[in-house]
Amino acid sequence: MTLLLSLILLILVTISIWQLTKILELSQPKKEETQVANDQDNQTQGVLLFAFLIFIYILTIFSFWRWGDVLLPEASSDHGALYDNLMWLTFAIIFFVQTITQALLHYFGYKYRGKKSRKAYFLADNDRLEAVWTIIPTIVLAGLILYGLYTWTDIMTIEENEDAIVVELYAQQFNWKARYAGKDNVLGDANVRFLQDFEGKNLVGIDITDPNGLDDIVTQELHLPVGKEIIFKMRSQDVLHSAYMPHFRAQMNCVPGMITEFAFTPIKTTEEIRMDPDVISKVRKINEIRKRNSEELILNGEEPLDPYVFDYVLICNKICGVSHYNMQMKIVVETQEDFNSWLSNQQTFSQFIQ
Amino acid sequence: MSNELDHTHDEDHGHHHKETFITKYIFSQDHKMIAKQYLITGLFMGFIGIAMSLIFRLQLAWPEKPFGFLELLLGKWAPDGVMDPNVYLALITIHGTIMVFFVLTAGLSGTFSNLLIPLQIGARDMASGLLNMFSYWLFFISSLIMTISLFVEAGPAAAGWTVYPPLSALPQAQPGSGAGMTLWLVSMAVFIASSLLAALNYVVTVINLRTKGMTMSRLPLTIWAFFVTAIIGIVSFPVLLSAALLLIMDRSFGTSFFLSDIFIQGEVLHYQGGSPVLFEHLFWFLGHPEVYIVILPALGITSEVLATNARKPIFGYRAMVASILAIAFLSTIVWGHHMFISGMNPFLGSVFTFTTLLIAIPSAVKAFNYITTLWKGNLQLNPAMLFSIALVSTFISGGLTGVILGDSTLDINVHDTYFVVAHFHLVMGISALYGLFAGVYHWFPKMFKRMMNKNLGYIHFWVTAICAYGVFFPMHFIGMAGLPRRYYTNTAFPIFDDLADINVIITIFALIAGAAQLVFLYNFIHSIFYGKKTVQNPWNSNTLEWTAPIEHFHGNWHGEIPHVHRWAYDYSKPGYDKDFVPQNIPLKKGEEELQH
Repeated sequence: MTLLLSLILLILVTISIWQLTKILELSQPKKEETQVANDQDNQTQGVLLFAFLIFIYILTIFSFWRWGDVLLPEASSDHGALYDNLMWLTFAIIFFVQTITQALLHYFGYKYRGKKSRKAYFLADNDRLEAVWTIIPTIVLAGLILYGLYTWTDIMTIEENEDAIVVELYAQQFNWKARYAGKDNVLGDANVRFLQDFEGKNLVGIDITDPNGLDDIVTQELHLPVGKEIIFKMRSQDVLHSAYMPHFRAQMNCVPGMITEFAFTPIKTTEEIRMDPDVISKVRKINEIRKRNSEELILNGEEPLDPYVFDYVLICNKICGVSHYNMQMKIVVETQEDFNSWLSNQQTFSQFIQ
Repeated sequence: MSNELDHTHDEDHGHHHKETFITKYIFSQDHKMIAKQYLITGLFMGFIGIAMSLIFRLQLAWPEKPFGFLELLLGKWAPDGVMDPNVYLALITIHGTIMVFFVLTAGLSGTFSNLLIPLQIGARDMASGLLNMFSYWLFFISSLIMTISLFVEAGPAAAGWTVYPPLSALPQAQPGSGAGMTLWLVSMAVFIASSLLAALNYVVTVINLRTKGMTMSRLPLTIWAFFVTAIIGIVSFPVLLSAALLLIMDRSFGTSFFLSDIFIQGEVLHYQGGSPVLFEHLFWFLGHPEVYIVILPALGITSEVLATNARKPIFGYRAMVASILAIAFLSTIVWGHHMFISGMNPFLGSVFTFTTLLIAIPSAVKAFNYITTLWKGNLQLNPAMLFSIALVSTFISGGLTGVILGDSTLDINVHDTYFVVAHFHLVMGISALYGLFAGVYHWFPKMFKRMMNKNLGYIHFWVTAICAYGVFFPMHFIGMAGLPRRYYTNTAFPIFDDLADINVIITIFALIAGAAQLVFLYNFIHSIFYGKKTVQNPWNSNTLEWTAPIEHFHGNWHGEIPHVHRWAYDYSKPGYDKDFVPQNIPLKKGEEELQH
């Protein structure tokens, strides 16, 4: 595939060079008296502008055809559908405007290419036209703003309630930890001052004097029960990080010195999304690539890559230092029963520091 | 205005002073020379910035593949030709800083504001030639400091061009936050001083030194753009200066403006009560207006170049001025859209979504007016004209995705991904660069008395235009796939393995685009010395700079400064044989001045 792409690219480049040398040729025979464009230049450049319009369209279509499948699969959170709808609506509008305006711009560039014999049409102003393209964008944008604000409020209004699970996401250079509130469903107080207690076993700095913290559970993997609202409380111990969970359309910065919040309800378990046709074909494609890369590695006497199995992942998305590119945590979404049994196998804080 | 006074002033300069090499070429107070100094320094920095981007693009396309020349170039930072992750971060940081501030702020606005403000409004020079000289030399010093920071033992600043603390504040957090960051902050402080001096000068000059008849409503749109840009700069740059000073305090004097509750390298630090979010607010209070400081002058240049080469008035002059003013006003109240998920109150996010999407309205007006300017024109497709048309194209393509990013909801999942990188490179990076190129091709004869070669210009344009889309269009897909920016490599996530071929294609386009800039460089340098000699008004333009003699001397015009009788856009006006009527030609009897 890479070969094919390189070939296409090579052809494109060759065409452009050929076109360019043609321009040179065209302008050579007549001895140039001036460096100002003449009718011949206007002719060539006008045609090229039109060709450029076609290039933009082809590039767009090619990109969607070739890379449409790298996009994220359908959202795995309940607000995700709202997000995806707004995204596609906005995209539809953008594409419409893009297609029309680029066409007009480049077509006019071609159509009205200069000729000595012609004179431009003197048109300085037209209030009606100005009004049209002030009012139409205003209406469209007002719609988008209202829709956007509605979803934004919906997503960002976080109310603590009995049914929701509170989970702390704890960021440090360069890994993530999760803290579950335990039986009392209340996270104990914590501060970086306590990190050195218990010979470094106090992994997220829980305050030992707060009884709520004793049954907290600190883990290296993020497990979430499906269908339940999860309220995330984010903390960072050193620099800014950002907890990014692209499959759930969720992201929030982790800021040292304050606690930030985000909430969503996962609606597809890891097992379920692995069965999603889009995900299956994406994983198949990735494994083909990994197989090819592995063959190369084996030739060099190195270990081959493991085959890839889809997992949700939590990614750091705020520059945080040298290993920023590899700061991740696996997310497992599972049924309530699986979640309960997993959680009961984890050590509580008081057990861990013993 | 005080033309008589200016006139005698000019006599002084023109005849009595014998200028030495140093006063003419180095410590010059002549705005035309200072403009050239800005341009050449800006282009020099630009080539450093572009070269850096090509180097890190190699890493992104072929992660951790050894390139022998990298070891030669980066030494211990690229052992065996594989770039160290810290160096990758340093390269993207300095690339961003250089391109945004040194090339597209100083190089673009500095060059053309200096060159065109006095010449287009009909003034002998800037209000203060001395301050103008200082502002250039401060810019030069800050460029020097930024360049020197590349050679610091632990490497230059590497916290991203936004230098968010605590990463930028703590040398323990990354090596670049040591001496490299100190130099970065010092360089920026000097840069801001330079920008402020320059901006004050531009504003005072435009307000006070317009020639007789040059009312504000007859100003060319270039001058409107430079004028408003300078005002935005005066409003917002001091805030960045205060952010930089507070960060210096936190770094060197133990204060806690931006830092609190930090545990790093096995140690609890003493900082209490500060907040990085405060820095984000201060930074973006400049940072967002900054993108308009970058793009408005480019749009101003485009207005002028489009109208001149379309041989047609700019469509909707008043709407254009109004939209510049609207953009300028709105630009100061939208900074929070960089911070939707920073942890600030979501209600603030709603407010910033509202103001941000409002900016799309004046931007749309400008785009439509440009397109209408081309309609039924008689387009002279010079290289400058092509760059201006392409600017409108990338401004639209990049601007439209701003509707996604400006919407707080949609921002959640594309924030800080390559989608953002693609968006702002198109809308302000590439667009502003096109504005710079359009300006250079168009006013080269005014600056250097010779013409640039048009065929080389065409080659430069087409390769650049194709590659710019080739680089940034596919990049949207990487972002939509969820890949964060500022990643040394994406091989740590198998989920991103299918993005490898996009990255290769982007890099190939970037390398070709880089090579095309060498064509420009050759054309630029060659034409300074051997280009075809220009006539006084090569593009048959209406503005006043083309009524000044080709020869440069301090004072711009022999004798009296021309008076202005009409706006700058009387192209192809009915009733005239020629298709242009310069601003200094009086109205004919019974002729109406359309616009005002």
